[in-house]
Amino acid sequence: MSANVQSASPTEGKASTGRTISALIAKFRELGLLAFIVILAVGVQFRNPSFLTWENLTDIATNTAILSILSVGMMLVIITRGIDLSIGATLAFAGMVSALTVKHNPGLNPVAALLIGVGIGIGCGLVIGFLVSWVKILPIIATLGIMNVFRGFTFEASGGKWVSAHQMPTSFKSIATGSFLGINNLILIAIVIYIVAYYFVSHTRTGRRIYAVGSNPDSAEVSGIRTGRILLLVYTIMGGLAGLAGVLWVSKFASAQGDTASGYELSVIAACVLGGVSIAGGVGKISGILLGSILLGILNNALPMINVSAFWQMFIQGAIILIAVLVNALVKRGIDRNNLMRRKI
Amino acid sequence: MEQRLLTNKKEFKAKGFILQWEWLLVALIVAMFVMNSNLSEYFFQYDNLRDATMGFLDKAFIVLPMVFIIMMGDIDISVGSIIALSSVVMGDLYAHGVPMPLAMIICLAVGTLCGWINGMLIVRYKELSAVIVTLATMTIYRGIAYILLKDQSVGKFPSWFKFLGWDYVGTLPFILIVFAVFAIAFGLLLHKTPFGRRVYAIGNNPTAARFSGVRVDRIKVIVFTLAGLMSAVTALFLTSRMGSTRPNIATGYELEVIAMVVLGGVSTAGGKGRMIGAILAVFLIGFLRYGLGLVNVSAQMLLIILGGLLIVSVAIPQLKSRFAIKRKA
Repeated sequence: MSANVQSASPTEGKASTGRTISALIAKFRELGLLAFIVILAVGVQFRNPSFLTWENLTDIATNTAILSILSVGMMLVIITRGIDLSIGATLAFAGMVSALTVKHNPGLNPVAALLIGVGIGIGCGLVIGFLVSWVKILPIIATLGIMNVFRGFTFEASGGKWVSAHQMPTSFKSIATGSFLGINNLILIAIVIYIVAYYFVSHTRTGRRIYAVGSNPDSAEVSGIRTGRILLLVYTIMGGLAGLAGVLWVSKFASAQGDTASGYELSVIAACVLGGVSIAGGVGKISGILLGSILLGILNNALPMINVSAFWQMFIQGAIILIAVLVNALVKRGIDRNNLMRRKI
Repeated sequence: MEQRLLTNKKEFKAKGFILQWEWLLVALIVAMFVMNSNLSEYFFQYDNLRDATMGFLDKAFIVLPMVFIIMMGDIDISVGSIIALSSVVMGDLYAHGVPMPLAMIICLAVGTLCGWINGMLIVRYKELSAVIVTLATMTIYRGIAYILLKDQSVGKFPSWFKFLGWDYVGTLPFILIVFAVFAIAFGLLLHKTPFGRRVYAIGNNPTAARFSGVRVDRIKVIVFTLAGLMSAVTALFLTSRMGSTRPNIATGYELEVIAMVVLGGVSTAGGKGRMIGAILAVFLIGFLRYGLGLVNVSAQMLLIILGGLLIVSVAIPQLKSRFAIKRKA
């Protein structure tokens, strides 16, 4: 280390070493998550040999598909330092409206039903995006309020009744149960969304801007990014995905209820923080949330298989969220400390 | 000397704005009374109004510490779960033969402990916002309640326990008197003690508060612990009123409490608001709900109204300051 290098650009040096270390830990973190998934799977397999069968694995994948789709949107929201507690309600509302539509028009093309759901979701997302980006209400307060409004809408739309399996045409139910090339539609849709999302966040300008807004809103604004638009976009994407998930959910379970997916936002947030998305904003990877969703999906599937009572699941989920965010925080502290030690004064 | 002048000036300005907000609330309450009296002839009767307070005052206990929390720019969404957990622990202990007074004390202790855990996590791990910590503990606390009681409920409390939620002292409901005592205590704590001034200071600028010698962490822990304690108080009254307890009680209370605080003019950005506003909001929402219930407005419609009210009451000051800035520029 010559004095020359020190004086040249200490900040640059810090940034580059910082990046390599955090990249290393981030990589290690995903490997760790993967290792944990494998260990969990092997452990469960010992207790219940029917766990690692092709049938059960596709079952897990189909059950995880909706969660993983929602995690994509939630990741974008959390990257911008926000949070969206309303997705369960948006999901229920979009699902309910599309279910009511097919109930009254049984001949409707399922794709149209899908589009209705997505459209409603986008509308809901726009409202939240407007409140957050333009009125500048804290995301948690805005979504907490909106959550109840949409939940109320869902009940009002259905008159408090369920739309059950026999009221839905087979074509609608086959959105979720059908398959293409031997792979279930839900899994296919999730895969497509992940590919698009990966391209979007890593290779488009708008995608990178989302990270810029999240890691430092002020400097993003100063460097010419219209933060308001980015926020609006992020919440709209979240809404659209929630709407899509709503149709898939209703089609999969063949039932639309007023309290569909209530509290599901917690699972989605859990998947994100498990996958290393930082609540402080600016950090999050598609591969991370994929692993996070899979881990949650496996847990949900495995716990009943090894006779863990359903009443423990809520506690386990909460504990996992807490441990995951604490680990995130400690890892971040380690990185910061290393950076500080490497800094040349 | 200079410093004192500065604070005086600022306080005066804030007062001017806040005062308006509270007058607005009073006007809203009057309007709501007129509307409800027109809708139903049973609304404006002393007995009915008095008894209605017994129905909605339970969650008002949490509003008091929540004012402090939101004033500091934090939030606590685990209060509903703390109610459930402390109530379930009390019910479970009583069902297993623990004497009721002891079970009640343990209920308060459980709530306090839950609040303390929230506070400790928030100050020890500053990277995590209060949102995510209380989101996690919300799931954990209710999860423990489910582990304890599964899908069952416990009841059959001793008959004197009903006193809390159903009885009167003189002509006033017991819960109203207890609430008045707590409200005065919390109001004095916020407005007349150094502690309260420090909470304002933290809300305005936590960093500046820390550098001027305010023990931010300690105050935060105390406030979150108080929120836990008051949730347990709510649990006592709610359980007494319902006569039994289940793990899924008080779901969504956090929303209502936060809505009341925000409607009361406490700023989510921190540092603004007064206790009286929040208390007015408690009665506004409580009587509104009671009045609409009289004319059979559905619970779902109430959800929409409540959510909308929360959004509008946060949006108004935001928009106001936004236009004020624009005018200045």
